[in-house]
Amino acid sequence: MIIKGGIVYDPANGIFGEEMDLCVDEGRMAEDGKGEVIDARGLLVMPGGVDAHSHIAGTKVNTGRIMRPDDARLGIEPRSGVCRPCTGYTVPNCYAIGYRYARMGYTTAFEAATPIIEARHTHEELEEIPILDKGALTLFGTNWEVMECVRDKDIGKLAAYVAWGLRSARGYGVKIVNPGGGEAWGFGSNVKGPNDPVPNFDVTGAEIICGLAQANEMLRLPHSIHLHFNNLGKPGNYTTALETLELLKDIKPSRMRQVVHVAHMQFSAYGGTSWRDFESKAPVIADYFNSHNHATMDLGQLLFGSATTMTADAPLEYGNARLTHNKWSNHDIELEESSGVVPMVYFRKMLVNAVQWAIGLELALLTRDPWKVLMTTDHPNGSPFINYPEVITLLMSKPKRDAEMATLHEQLPKRTSLGGIERELDWTEIAIMTRAAPARILGLEDKGHFGPGADADISIYDLRPEEVDPSRDHALVKKALAAAKYTIKSGIVVSQKGQILAAPPGRTLR
Amino acid sequence: MIVEDAICSFCGCLCDDINVEVEEGKIKRVRHACRLGSSKILGHERIKAPMIRRGGELCMVSYQEAYDRAAEILLRAQKPLLYGWASTVCEAQKKGILLAEEVGGVLDSTATVCHGPSVIGIEEKGLPGATLGQVKNRADTIVFWGCNPAEAHPRHSLRYSSNVCGRFTPEGRAGRKIVVVDVRETRTSKNADKTVIIQPGTDYEVISALRMLVAGKGDVVPDEVGGVPKAELDGLAKTLLAARFGAVFFGLGITHSRGRYKNIDNALSLVTELNSHTKFVIMPMRGHYNVGGIGQVLAWSSGFPMSVDFTRNAPYFNPGETAACDLLAKADTDAALIIAADAASNFPRAAVEALAKIPVIQIDPYENPTTLISEVVIPSAIAGVEAEGTAYRMDGMALRMRKLVDTSYPSDEEILSHILESVHRLQRGLER
Repeated sequence: MIIKGGIVYDPANGIFGEEMDLCVDEGRMAEDGKGEVIDARGLLVMPGGVDAHSHIAGTKVNTGRIMRPDDARLGIEPRSGVCRPCTGYTVPNCYAIGYRYARMGYTTAFEAATPIIEARHTHEELEEIPILDKGALTLFGTNWEVMECVRDKDIGKLAAYVAWGLRSARGYGVKIVNPGGGEAWGFGSNVKGPNDPVPNFDVTGAEIICGLAQANEMLRLPHSIHLHFNNLGKPGNYTTALETLELLKDIKPSRMRQVVHVAHMQFSAYGGTSWRDFESKAPVIADYFNSHNHATMDLGQLLFGSATTMTADAPLEYGNARLTHNKWSNHDIELEESSGVVPMVYFRKMLVNAVQWAIGLELALLTRDPWKVLMTTDHPNGSPFINYPEVITLLMSKPKRDAEMATLHEQLPKRTSLGGIERELDWTEIAIMTRAAPARILGLEDKGHFGPGADADISIYDLRPEEVDPSRDHALVKKALAAAKYTIKSGIVVSQKGQILAAPPGRTLR
Repeated sequence: MIVEDAICSFCGCLCDDINVEVEEGKIKRVRHACRLGSSKILGHERIKAPMIRRGGELCMVSYQEAYDRAAEILLRAQKPLLYGWASTVCEAQKKGILLAEEVGGVLDSTATVCHGPSVIGIEEKGLPGATLGQVKNRADTIVFWGCNPAEAHPRHSLRYSSNVCGRFTPEGRAGRKIVVVDVRETRTSKNADKTVIIQPGTDYEVISALRMLVAGKGDVVPDEVGGVPKAELDGLAKTLLAARFGAVFFGLGITHSRGRYKNIDNALSLVTELNSHTKFVIMPMRGHYNVGGIGQVLAWSSGFPMSVDFTRNAPYFNPGETAACDLLAKADTDAALIIAADAASNFPRAAVEALAKIPVIQIDPYENPTTLISEVVIPSAIAGVEAEGTAYRMDGMALRMRKLVDTSYPSDEEILSHILESVHRLQRGLER
């Protein structure tokens, strides 16, 4: 296959919008190609999108589906051609997940949280998701064996346990959620921060995080620890974030990458002492990332409308349920974790939601190095992944942000610096935040770039980057990003102008 | 040969510590299992060969003839019902869903006459639950409401609940308070510290009274609710509140008595309320070993956990309309495939009568009352004994069922694949 004349963005290989041909041979990028020729003259061409943090498979995702028939009804698409029927908006069925990512030009997605003991369920669903290459991060943050190794300061044994856990769970990397909190939740309480002792285990969250980070580097894993902070979602929690990041700054990475990846930073960049004086602390957090190189983040951008919150931070979900009086599922997992699911709606006119919306954008715009920031919505916590084009256009267009802010709560400008930010991201930065950086942060050598031998995952959009001004023409850009002109997965055209043409099974990466 | 740590394929406990003695390809002894489980694993007389009814009599035919006839029935029907799925593995369930999509049918599971109301309750309120090991390790207070595990899930108390020792429950039974709420004394209540006998059909009222008492609004509770004096209910509420970790297990006594899904909705609210005071979880006692699995597989495939109508080419879910008994009661289905379940024994009489009027395809290892009304009978390997696959325990834990002995019977998954092939062949023929 040869893709002719596209305007190619491949920032990992130093290509920033050059007109060039791409060649594919046997599912991989190659120096020469033959056979099918795709005319991409003047069109935006990027590597297939990589989502490093999304909740797409496993017990809590399926719990979301089971408790939300209302949501299933929002996204019904009949079976047609190669497609099985689709349902769901925030909690789509397996087929919808594969097709909808592929339509947007995404070809890889990672499930962000799987307990070891329930990994079989996660893999049953991953196997059922078509097209995408997939992986799953394995939870270790409040596991009995982990806490005992950390308490005994036996990092060698901890590393051996982590290796066993990843192999048993067919996991890709080490996920830590509200360390210690899941154990406390076993008896209905929570830890108050990283230095709060975990009941019955004589360790703290800080010790668990540092122990797992050391074990992670001892094992030279491709990905760093992937961390969901304590106190997530609470006013004033930016201090917890900074305090926790400081713990890790002297740990040496075993590979050319970060020591810690922070999940959905938006939910941990909150100021204020209560919801009443709630405000953005994104500038402080961005400053920290600008002056340190051991941490990366994904946004966890929030958008207005329907969402389903789901996390291994079970006390948080109980809080959400009490706050919203919405239905509540909880799932404690013996020896390991706890988790919860609560449906949510984010409102434009609710100041807290408006501030949350602004924080995600601030984080992306104030952090100077796009290699440190991934564009995600923590699907489906901040918003379902199908709204990525909305997030991308907000980041590329100051006029769009201003127009949006004008519709939000009048107090918003006093609680966020967003209105004063002039920066508009360009296609190189978007290609980094949605392709190159997630691949690099996860340690996926064959993803997120077009170097010879890389997986031939390619997205071609009906956009002419040399003609279109995303700042002004954001509506056009959003439309084009929602349905790629071509999505190519391992050298096969899987989607064309929003229509799924082929649905190969995809691989599980581990 | 002894197969160690096999998984029992009887009930939703999925006990995974069973030792099975196999001699010359036959199962000779089953150790550790309860009587229900060992009799299932040991098995009994099987359907010998596929059969098609001709002139009122079931006549032996080849498998291929049976597959073709089944495909023809399913394709000819306007709205076939594909029912059962509880006593087979997820691999077969996946094929069944694909078949329902292909022929435009309605797929429903035995949950519809079992914990279907629990599913609807969960749709209203969510499910504050846990894995069974969490209950084992932490629960100091356990309530069995409208269920009788001593007879229906005999090893539940020994492995997961009342009598088992765990990290924070080293004393086992001695360290726990066990409460049974039911309409009569049961074998389970013999092992209880406290049995609350309520009048039949008053679960909703009794749960409401407990919610009020737990929330500190006991002044609105009348002197007697459901035949239980207020003082006794107050004592029960105090027991619940005193728990460090409490667990409620519930059964068909509450899902199929007056109030049905509203009872579950109310019980879920009670547990949510209890969590503002202490830690509590709740779990349905699932019957067939993989009835949990069909709910999971259907949910990730179609978005809905039961009663899914594929006749519109897109999943449509409306229990009361698309559930098996509702379809039959309204004569809104014109053919049925019954797999890994015995509809004729478990459906209401009117539904069975309706079933007897339409062509029925049965896929099952054993002859049972459904065989008597079937037009096509396809004998299968016993999933979980003669065929491997995944099953979901009552707490949602996925476990891998092993194959214990060889068999000449095809597995459910293979049978469904063959029927799908016949369907495709017939469809191609029709297109020509």
